[in-house]
Amino acid sequence: MPKDPSIKKVLVIGSGPIIIGQAAEFDYSGTQACRALKSEGIEVVLVNSNPATIMTDPDIADHVYIEPLNAETVTRIIEKERPDSILPNLGGQTGLNLSMELARGGVLDKYGVRLLACRPDTIDRAEDRQLFKDTMEKLHQPIIPSKVVENLGDALQFAGKIGYPVIVRPAFTMGGTGGGICEDAEKLHEIATNGLRLSPIHQILVEKCISGWKEIEYEVMRDSKGNVITVCNMENLDPVGIHTGDSIVVAPSQTLSDREYQMLRTAALDIITELGIEGGCNCQFALKPDSFEYAVIEVNPRVSRSSALASKATGYPIAKVATKIAIGYTLDEIINEVTGETCACFEPALDYVVVKYPKWPFDKFVYAHKDLGTQMMATGEVMAIGNNFEHALMKAVSSIELGLETMTLPAFESWETPDIIDHLHVQDSERAFCVYEALKRGVPHEVIYDITKIDHWFLDKMQNLANLENALKSQPLTQELYNQAKEMGFLDKTISRLYGVKELPWHRTASFKMVDTCAAEFNAKTPYFYSTYDEVNEGEEFIAEHSDPKKKKILVFGSGPIRIGQGIEFDYCSVHAVWTLKQNGCEAILVNNNPETVSTDFDTGDRLYFDPLNPESVDNIIATEKPDGCVVQFGGQTAIKLATHMDKIGLPILGTPADAIDEAEDRERFDELLERCGIPRPEGRTVFNTEEALKAADELGFPVLLRPSYVLGGQNMIVAYNTADVVEYMGVIMAHVDMDHPVLMDKYILGTECEVDAICDGEDFLIPGIMEHVERTGIHSGDSISVYPPQHLSPSVIRTLVDYTGRFARELKVVGLVNVQYAVQNGKVYVIEVNPRSSRTVPYISKVTGIPMVELAVRCTLGEKLKDMGYGTGLFPDAPYVAVKVPVFSFEKLHGVDTMLGPEMKSTGEVLGIAPTYKEALLKGLVAAGYQFKKPGPGSCVILTVKDSDKPEILDLAWKLKDYGYKLYGTEGTCRFLNKHMVACNMVRQMSGDRPNVVDLLESGLVDYIISTSAKGRDPSRDSVKFRRKACELSIPTLTALDTANVLVDALRGDHDISTIPLVDIADLAKENARRRLAKG
Amino acid sequence: MNAYLLLANGQVLTGKSIGQTGTTIGEVVFATGMVGFQETLTDPSYYGQIITQTYPLIGNYGMNDQDYESDKIWAKGYIVRQACQTPSNFRCQMTLDAFLKQHNIIGLEGIDTRALTKILRTAGVMNGAITTEFDPRNDQARTAALLEEIRSYAILDAVKAVTCAQPSVHNPQGRYHVALLDLGCKNNIVRCLAKRDCKVTVLPGNASPAQVLELNPDGIMLSNGPGDPAENVEIIANIRTLMESGIPTFGICLGHQLTALAAGARTEKLKFGHRGANQPVTDHTDGRTYITSQNHGYAVVSDSVPPEMGKVSHLNANDGTCEGVEYAAWNCFTVQFHPEANGGPKDTEYLFDRFVERIKAGKEGE
Repeated sequence: MPKDPSIKKVLVIGSGPIIIGQAAEFDYSGTQACRALKSEGIEVVLVNSNPATIMTDPDIADHVYIEPLNAETVTRIIEKERPDSILPNLGGQTGLNLSMELARGGVLDKYGVRLLACRPDTIDRAEDRQLFKDTMEKLHQPIIPSKVVENLGDALQFAGKIGYPVIVRPAFTMGGTGGGICEDAEKLHEIATNGLRLSPIHQILVEKCISGWKEIEYEVMRDSKGNVITVCNMENLDPVGIHTGDSIVVAPSQTLSDREYQMLRTAALDIITELGIEGGCNCQFALKPDSFEYAVIEVNPRVSRSSALASKATGYPIAKVATKIAIGYTLDEIINEVTGETCACFEPALDYVVVKYPKWPFDKFVYAHKDLGTQMMATGEVMAIGNNFEHALMKAVSSIELGLETMTLPAFESWETPDIIDHLHVQDSERAFCVYEALKRGVPHEVIYDITKIDHWFLDKMQNLANLENALKSQPLTQELYNQAKEMGFLDKTISRLYGVKELPWHRTASFKMVDTCAAEFNAKTPYFYSTYDEVNEGEEFIAEHSDPKKKKILVFGSGPIRIGQGIEFDYCSVHAVWTLKQNGCEAILVNNNPETVSTDFDTGDRLYFDPLNPESVDNIIATEKPDGCVVQFGGQTAIKLATHMDKIGLPILGTPADAIDEAEDRERFDELLERCGIPRPEGRTVFNTEEALKAADELGFPVLLRPSYVLGGQNMIVAYNTADVVEYMGVIMAHVDMDHPVLMDKYILGTECEVDAICDGEDFLIPGIMEHVERTGIHSGDSISVYPPQHLSPSVIRTLVDYTGRFARELKVVGLVNVQYAVQNGKVYVIEVNPRSSRTVPYISKVTGIPMVELAVRCTLGEKLKDMGYGTGLFPDAPYVAVKVPVFSFEKLHGVDTMLGPEMKSTGEVLGIAPTYKEALLKGLVAAGYQFKKPGPGSCVILTVKDSDKPEILDLAWKLKDYGYKLYGTEGTCRFLNKHMVACNMVRQMSGDRPNVVDLLESGLVDYIISTSAKGRDPSRDSVKFRRKACELSIPTLTALDTANVLVDALRGDHDISTIPLVDIADLAKENARRRLAKG
Repeated sequence: MNAYLLLANGQVLTGKSIGQTGTTIGEVVFATGMVGFQETLTDPSYYGQIITQTYPLIGNYGMNDQDYESDKIWAKGYIVRQACQTPSNFRCQMTLDAFLKQHNIIGLEGIDTRALTKILRTAGVMNGAITTEFDPRNDQARTAALLEEIRSYAILDAVKAVTCAQPSVHNPQGRYHVALLDLGCKNNIVRCLAKRDCKVTVLPGNASPAQVLELNPDGIMLSNGPGDPAENVEIIANIRTLMESGIPTFGICLGHQLTALAAGARTEKLKFGHRGANQPVTDHTDGRTYITSQNHGYAVVSDSVPPEMGKVSHLNANDGTCEGVEYAAWNCFTVQFHPEANGGPKDTEYLFDRFVERIKAGKEGE
């Protein structure tokens, strides 16, 4: 069937802010979907609250709404735009749930909107536990003994019947939120209670635990004609019991014979056929290691994280094909773009091995529990391709940026072997390293297998790596050993370190093979490569055949895995850099290792190298590509880290020179720079150890801000209020961070924090807009509510900000982007930091001002001048809207992490509220971020517990809450203070006090908000941290900064109704700017 | 020990020896399946060929005594990038290397199999030899002599070589009696029929029409098999006679090609054939496209099927080659691909149901 001609205007729903379990993969799938629709001449209306995405670009969709993702708002968008259809299956669980809500609520019927790709009953049959069970039974597909329950009593009774351990899975939650393995009734009591609460329909599944079985996934596709294919299958290295998002995954499966492979493949096809899905679907199976017994674990009736991985692993564009199927095409009518000749109704054949490795936030949250289970914890992932498993695994380990070159985790090296064996029982993010340490010491595979159930095949392969690492340390280095090491992915740097020499007598440069979906059976045109140590270099052949010698070749480094502090924003910047380079007559060559992103779509750049971003890996690419230059300023810290190396090997860096980066990062050089510019900054020192730190703190006077140099996202940054804080911090930092780089200590300036992104051409600069933070300094800019344009800055402060930014730009010789953070105290402006690179705020400011910042920056690096670009110079006039960026956190997934905000970034994503006025924009932003704006009911209360220095400030806040109808509770000190100042407040005992105490109050369900600040944080054993954790587990909004609390309370009490705040189509802004420029030109 | 692949075009690829040592000559082909290597090795259709696996890690789950598609390896050699020395699977009984040794097959590992695949794709399948006896890069005289042998090598009398010597009966209590002409039959064809309540009498490929009809079969099955279809002149004539009987007939692979030749169509050699588990085939009776398992170097020329005899029912969705014919004149349908799978997808196993339906219809009609 060809395209359905009645489909003319489609609404695409995105997945909202990045949270654990729902990351960049949906920007990738959504962007592919929008482009596929537009290429068919269909008008696209996009809604997503996440401004950092590529899909919310005005050139990706025709109408772009960065609005809250709730039924009310989307209904208004439907009413305004009147799309004829809605595409529900490419925006993750968020997009799917929202579409189903609209369908069930009759909204789609009312406005005559067709639901493409699936029907609500299909979704229910995959997602509703009981219906799923019934469907599988109908198909004679085995499932694990389980029961859907809606209360704790039934859960305990069923578990008693089938026996422990059992797994709890809440219905309709994404990433397995609220689930877990329960060894006994006590644990079940805890997890089931939580799961019931988190499930939007108060339903959980209690099932028999089959941990130890192999976990196998199939990505399947189906069209309206009933054609079905599997794109790829994947085997988890970690057996069932660890969420697939937290597992090391390999594609294709390795330990399945044809019989098992086909058995599960047929099951997956039967399932998608029975469900009647038109598009992509993911089926997860558990397979008993010693028989053909299997069980269907889960079916995701939509494009998922696994399908993004499968797309990148095979070259098969699942999201694009799923979109074409949704608008009526069938698989046999769609061309396989990789070959340009064959059809999309085929199954990719791989001639390489793919390894996916999760990226966890535990390097950042040192106090978080690293245990893995059925609830996903990874913020992102990397993928690696090799022609043997060992090479792929080594590439993956390098790519996760833990500072590791092999699977050796230095911390384990000093352990005794019995302790290592004992530690194998701990199922945490470091277990693969622990297994490796055991293998290096010759622990028998049987012992490791019995504990971990990691298949012998994987243990044998890891043993090969362990043996080689041992050999490099202990044996003479022969050329044969060297070659073997190279083919298994050891870097020269690693080989010489292990062998203990400075220079190696040999050097082998890698060659490149193509990812072509067909194992070379057809002549493919995909410019998608990975490195191997083979003689034939297909990369070179491809360049000779396809590359235009007249064009400049520019290497663009991506930003690696999504992590806290380095999110999807940098993929946005990298992709825009690539597009701009292409538009300006260059060949753009992308290097990245993140399978979730748009940047690793093979048609984004002129060529894609899916490889690690370490110096040797990049050298290999340079040897094959022979590029004219590279850009490092768009790929976050991952790319910036390569700048020094590029300088060393003499590859020109386009734009701001590497030296400027050093000048901004190096404390002393930066001080000199400031002096030259005549700009004040908080006084500061550079320290290398605790002694120096204490001395410096004494000189500066508390509070002081401490952070390691060369980090992004405020990793390991704190405000120290006293000597003890400094000692604790230096202890933690010296254990976790490479002390080659010093720790920076600054006098902490309490004031308004502002941020400026500017584009510079070496002479002039353009500031699209200034951002003012709601929270005072001391809270990381990424975790602050940020407002554009500023609402409370005087014209003179704004003039100073513009002036200072310009001085920096000129003095640092910035060509491209620069980001400057300022603190304003009593009208005086201090510089906090200068980053001569793209920043987290670039996508958001680009969208709300309509200025394509990355495009202009890249054009500057190519030699164009700002004054010729039509946007003017200096500060750009304010947009007719106010935009408020609100951070979003994933605290409920990160056990043991204090939810109190501070100088270290904790948020995983962000949303944006855009409206004509500040108050309206703020309200939209808060709603989009998930604040529910409940009206206080009978007995509703707010708990206040703040540190002494905050007490004077909460009086007004408390009074407003009381006036709004809330009953107030406070811990002893806070309560007394309020009472003393004539605000009625009830005292509640702390967590460590006698029951009933604050825990009982929290569990009563009457607490709507908590305002909690404490001088101390982090350490999970502290009462205040435990209290905030408990609140987080109960999903009670907890405000840990008074500034946030103030704006929230004002918004609560304000008279704005979200349903009357105008919707903003940001595509109009871009159009408006284009008109203005034309008028000028 | 080093082993070398010498191709007819003179190219040499150096790797390591696996399996038996010595020298072997064959037609070098590539197969793209990612699993099912034991089935591939024991598939008689690979008679006379040296198989190259495009998937780099082969033997991961080892060999067992259940996944044989015939009782021996018919291929002349086996080329992989990496042969797994430590396989892992609950059914695993031996390594690939041991299996090749047991069956006396010369193998080669450690070469760039993707580069070899591209050579074969560009130049077409070509003859070659694996040798462990000398380094062709250093021994001109022996290389010249071997090259001459390689270039004159041809797969001849393939069906005669692989077919059974004596008839045998499987699932004797089956309700429907199928006479299966063994042209190089994979075991799973017999299993698929037995599973559908058929008694299967496997006959040598050159069994005369009289021998077949004597059994009074309810259906005739023409199996897969190796070699150039056109060389089987006698069998083609036999099939023509058998078809006149009106007994429901189902042909697979070589059986499909020989039936077409019997009907007056032509076959041609494909440049590098279809060997893998991911080939899309469109069934033009219902418009559905199925993923199929394939292993063939020749194909029926679609235009050459006489319209009065039959109609092309299936086409390869990638290259448009003929994948199936429905014979209106005869009670027969044939497919180029392998609905019996092993290895590969089972999506078209329903064709055996269709065959048995026809048998049933024929029986009821009596």
